[in-house]
Amino acid sequence: MSGGDAMLEVSNISRSFGGVRALGGLSLSVAQGSITGLIGPNGAGKTTMFGVISGFVAPDTGSVTYRGADITREPAHLRARRGIARTFQIVQPFAGLSVGENIAVGSYLRHAKPSEARARAEAVARRVGLGAMLDQPASALTVSGRKRLELARALATEPDLLLLDEVLAGLNPSEIRDILPVIHDIRASGVTILMIEHVMQAVMALCDDIFVMAQGRMIAEGKPDAVCRDPQVIEAYLGHGAAARMQEAGNA
Amino acid sequence: MKRSEWLFLVALLAALALVPLLASNLVINFLVTALIVALAALGWNILGGLGGQISFGHAAFFGTGAYVTELLQLRLGANAWAAAVAGIAAGALVGLAIGAAVFRARLRGSYFALVTLAFAEVLRILANALDVTGGASGLLLPLQPGAAHFQFDQRSVFAWIGIACVGAVLLLTRHMMNSRFGAHLAAVRENEDAARALGVDILATKLRAITLSAAITAAAGVFYVQYFLYLDANIGYGTWISIEALLAAIIGGVGTMAGPLIGALALHGLGELTRGFAGSITGIDLVIFGLLLVAAIAFAPAGIVGAWKRYVGGRRNA
Repeated sequence: MSGGDAMLEVSNISRSFGGVRALGGLSLSVAQGSITGLIGPNGAGKTTMFGVISGFVAPDTGSVTYRGADITREPAHLRARRGIARTFQIVQPFAGLSVGENIAVGSYLRHAKPSEARARAEAVARRVGLGAMLDQPASALTVSGRKRLELARALATEPDLLLLDEVLAGLNPSEIRDILPVIHDIRASGVTILMIEHVMQAVMALCDDIFVMAQGRMIAEGKPDAVCRDPQVIEAYLGHGAAARMQEAGNA
Repeated sequence: MKRSEWLFLVALLAALALVPLLASNLVINFLVTALIVALAALGWNILGGLGGQISFGHAAFFGTGAYVTELLQLRLGANAWAAAVAGIAAGALVGLAIGAAVFRARLRGSYFALVTLAFAEVLRILANALDVTGGASGLLLPLQPGAAHFQFDQRSVFAWIGIACVGAVLLLTRHMMNSRFGAHLAAVRENEDAARALGVDILATKLRAITLSAAITAAAGVFYVQYFLYLDANIGYGTWISIEALLAAIIGGVGTMAGPLIGALALHGLGELTRGFAGSITGIDLVIFGLLLVAAIAFAPAGIVGAWKRYVGGRRNA
């Protein structure tokens, strides 16, 4: 992927928390219109990276460029206005509000008029399969419902770049099957997606490009099938020497 | 807001408007005092109930409204109505200034509560010490009955103005709750991170809320001084109004529209009753306030309005 058509360009980001170096100078880029995956074992720093991109974590060094503009120091709410939306790995519903009200907070970003914002929220709710739940309190939703609500709120801001932080985690296989077409449909509508995901079935099915992080570093990038065979990636997930053992097992 | 709730509020205000026609001066006096507290509590509710920023220092706004109104009339001979408008504006400005200091420093929860209390106390001590505010002996507004002076021979006129003010603030609150600003305020109350991710400017939202909240509570202060004509530091900036504003809202129902009004009426009704039965014990009404608060938190955390909704809902489902 060349830099020319990159919508998002993250370069040389590092960030330490006390003595822990969570991000050690890493870069990634996301092409307009793509679905890009960000994978890696637990503790790799993926969510911190999302924080840097969405404005929740200030990096110590490096820069974030969105559509040619340097947004490294821009507050989160202004990035949302630019068209960058995110979901949270640990769902953050407005627990005291209804599902419809939750989503409307997102749609108010582009529609100041209450009737319009509510109509948009309703349309988004139907799109992610929450159409029947509009008047339910958000706290009454199941895990899968809450994940959908995260997605719906982010979508309601009408983003150009959508950051999905493990929207499939905690869902059972049939729920995952239900939600994959929704993500496909979002991309088809012209939204670029960067997703953190552990469910490899989904990553392989959805992503055009994949970046692999381990211990705060970018260890691989490329097309899904190539990344999966990368010895470094296998070792990061399965431990030192795993790639060699798999090779042997494969030859035997 | 359901239509039934709205109808109930309109009926309640209409019933209150009839009280001055039928009742004695004592009862009207009770009603006006309750309306002043209701107004202060409605202001508190915008920041504390809808915005989730619990303030212990709304006296800062109440007192500023009262002092500015009285001082402009006394020292500069300003017209009472113009002074009233200036008092409300000054209260709003103090709200904005305190908000800018406190919210910029990202103070939340108990820290926010304590710092607002500190601001109110500083103002109280200053008002008590300075000559311009009359020091410890306070200020007396000369009696000049007449509509032009915002003073009336008949207490009932004050009651009606109070009811009109409460009604206007209720309309404003309803409009606000149904607007983008209301949605942003609710989002900030529920989860700031999620709100930021959706493009909500947290600081701007909180500043708008505290400014509006302060203006309404300042209006209560203005009304107080026009009705009682006397003001000193412990009345204007005393903790009593901070506490009553938040108690009325919490006991009535935090974040509900009718809560602050119902809470103020209930609180003052009970306060008067206990003073009637045990008037010889100084501060007995404060004991009752304390017990009420404990009872509300233990048995009806959503206040009188919340408990009533649950009761009605339970019967409907049964």
